[in-house]
Amino acid sequence: MTCKAEDYMTGETAWCPGCGNYDIREALAGALAELGLPPHQVLLVSGIGQAAKIPHYIKANGFNGLHGRALPPAVGAKVANKDLTVIVESGDGDSYGEGGNHFMHNIRRNPDLAHLVHDNQVYGLTKGQASPTSEPGMKTGVQVEGVTVPALNPLSLALVMGAGFVARCFSGEKDHLKATMKAAINFPGYALVDILQPCVSFNKVNTHGWYKNRVYFPEVEAPQDWAKAMDLSRQWGDQIPLGIFYNKPHQTFGESRAVLKGEPLSNRPFNPEELSSLQNDFL
Amino acid sequence: MEINVLIGGAAGQGMETIMNLLGKALVREDFGLIYTKDYMSRVRGGHNFSRLRIAPGQPWTTVESIDVLVALNEETYRKHSQNLVPSGRVIYDPELFSLPGDESRGVPVELKKLAEEAGGRVMANTVAVGALLVLMGLETSTVEELLKDTFAGKEGVAEKNIKALKAGYDSAARTCSACFELPAKNQDGKKLFIDGNQVVGMAALASGCRFLSAYPMTPATGIMNYLASKSPDYPVIVEQAEDEIAAINMALGAAYAGVRAMTCTSGGGFSLMAEGVSLAGMTETPLVIVVGMRPGPATGLPTRTEQADLEFILHSGHGEFPRAVLSATSHDDAFYRLNKAFELADRYQTPVFFLTDQNFADTHRSVGLYDFSRLGYNRFLAAESNFEKPYKRYRITESGISPRILPGQYEGETVLIDSDEHDEKGNIIEDASTRRTMVDKRMRKLNGMAEEMDEPDLYGDPHPEVLLIGWGSTYGVIREAVDALIARGIKSAMLHFSDLWPLPQKRLHSLLAEVKHSFCIENNAGGQLSKLIRRESGLSINSNILKYDGRPFLPDEIVKEVQNDL
Repeated sequence: MTCKAEDYMTGETAWCPGCGNYDIREALAGALAELGLPPHQVLLVSGIGQAAKIPHYIKANGFNGLHGRALPPAVGAKVANKDLTVIVESGDGDSYGEGGNHFMHNIRRNPDLAHLVHDNQVYGLTKGQASPTSEPGMKTGVQVEGVTVPALNPLSLALVMGAGFVARCFSGEKDHLKATMKAAINFPGYALVDILQPCVSFNKVNTHGWYKNRVYFPEVEAPQDWAKAMDLSRQWGDQIPLGIFYNKPHQTFGESRAVLKGEPLSNRPFNPEELSSLQNDFL
Repeated sequence: MEINVLIGGAAGQGMETIMNLLGKALVREDFGLIYTKDYMSRVRGGHNFSRLRIAPGQPWTTVESIDVLVALNEETYRKHSQNLVPSGRVIYDPELFSLPGDESRGVPVELKKLAEEAGGRVMANTVAVGALLVLMGLETSTVEELLKDTFAGKEGVAEKNIKALKAGYDSAARTCSACFELPAKNQDGKKLFIDGNQVVGMAALASGCRFLSAYPMTPATGIMNYLASKSPDYPVIVEQAEDEIAAINMALGAAYAGVRAMTCTSGGGFSLMAEGVSLAGMTETPLVIVVGMRPGPATGLPTRTEQADLEFILHSGHGEFPRAVLSATSHDDAFYRLNKAFELADRYQTPVFFLTDQNFADTHRSVGLYDFSRLGYNRFLAAESNFEKPYKRYRITESGISPRILPGQYEGETVLIDSDEHDEKGNIIEDASTRRTMVDKRMRKLNGMAEEMDEPDLYGDPHPEVLLIGWGSTYGVIREAVDALIARGIKSAMLHFSDLWPLPQKRLHSLLAEVKHSFCIENNAGGQLSKLIRRESGLSINSNILKYDGRPFLPDEIVKEVQNDL
């Protein structure tokens, strides 16, 4: 069964006109179509937020769970059925704030999934508070004197924690975004794509134009130089590099567990009676 | 005839390993026994002890009186000698302390010296077990055999322990002979020597649980240990989560994608899971949650027992959704009961709780072999001919149960679940009518679940005047209390709940109308089951007997309280 990009587009979106989410959604539909992944073999897992509504707008299996908790069910689902292509898609507040602990520990765990973070540097669904990636000085209804703490750098953090695939994209560079999504989905292990996107309603600082004027594509031939990747991840301000900064697979969670070799766990037949010898331990 | 042994010392003296071997050896020789642990939340030092009761049949509980006190340090002797029966004996090391005025009960054995001669001071407890065997009139052979099995592959360990065991045996045999009569051996077949966490772990594996995600927390950690020890020989993944929030959400992901999944914790960790419980209810995802209770609030008494989380479990998670709550009453029943939890979770696509406590989790008992053919593995998935296409995860049905398929199972069909209120397809909605329809659909599942709850177990006089009501791990102790009351001429019976929610009420109505006096016996300060019964049935129980000092009930305490109140 071959699918075209439009076959993945479903549902009536609840996003603001001009939202970066539209471009991200289109890029994802295109990536899935070009990878030839039929909807029933794809699982989109999200938390809560504007970005986290994506399972309602892309035709695939969907687990729209709790705020901050997109990664854990994605890991569980991949353990249960490794044949599913698992994609986690959520916002910066969900992924780096509420879900910060899962972010760190799943880099260590290295499950085979793509983590696509819609990073608009602000909370949209709760109407405009600072997110972990908001820039210092940004004033909001809660941060009335401006954000006073430094922004979390997700790419540097991921690199420090040992992530095998680290990339930055911009929703306004859709072809690059689509190509990067494909690479992340194909990457064996945890793949982080931090996607810069404007929030037209609540982020008046980091607008489409603000990003457009700053992003550039540095020359990265073989992204296996960790120090170089770290340098790129730290570039911010007048020049914001896009691209796959680091791409070096290592043993995944699935590969590390002997039980997961062979048939997916969910497909294996079972008969309790065959386990009665378990009792011998206690005789 | 029965023998009650208490062995005590400091944490880190290695009592557990050798006592487990002794217990297993005695069960192999067809004695019925129970073995309980009382330990402090520390790795070294303090005062830890275990009680071993060998009694006719399969005893349900340990008792306070002591026939043999194995005092690995002086503190053990000081704390427990007042419970020695007059003919009791004390195994002790004369190099460490003496028994002024109590020498006639002493069995001095140079525990430390003999252990060092055998290869290490840590085997002092093995020496003591050797001496204990003399007092019970047993040979060392079965323990020797078990030492060989247990330490196979660990060079020299078995040999050293056997040397220590024999040294203790020979030393005691020089000064005394068997002074206690063992009960008659059981003639009804092989028995297991198993603790509560092992029962739960084995039942989970044999129920087809393929994924356990949890964060270590006493007293539930033993379940993780058991299942982890079975991977990769059996198809189960045990994942130690970064926190309990991750644990429950991971398990939900695994359950959604098609395997039986479970998490286990204690009250504090479960507090972190509450939002995940609500998610299971809303997304209609099957999940078994084992909560091993210990005294709270907050960190409470980490290594001790309580039944104070019933109300919390009944109400945990925001919003309203159906759940079932079952409890572990005995090692015999819990094996099948946990399987029932998995079956209910799959059938009703909702969270099912299994409540244990430290008293159950850490207690070893001799129990008959389990019948694995009684275990169910029904996934209650819709066959391809039984669901409408395109598939709708939350199709409205009369039972409230929607046909369930798995993601990836059928080409062209996708499965969407959502923590927002949703329509039949799983998409977010906000309209009032769909909301009402969906709440009603979910809550209808409670009707079916109520039909599946087992009535509480009735034991004792068929026409009782006194009724003792309980739930969970108090099964054995209340049962022994009823036996004692009947022996004193009081017509009494026990009504004991394993399934707690939806609360089965038929027997309550018939019995409470009949009895003169009813008691609810609970390891908590609030009388939580008592209140639940009143709330659900309108029936009042006359008196509560409550214990909340972190220790399990003793039969005598219950008998005394009942008699005081009559």
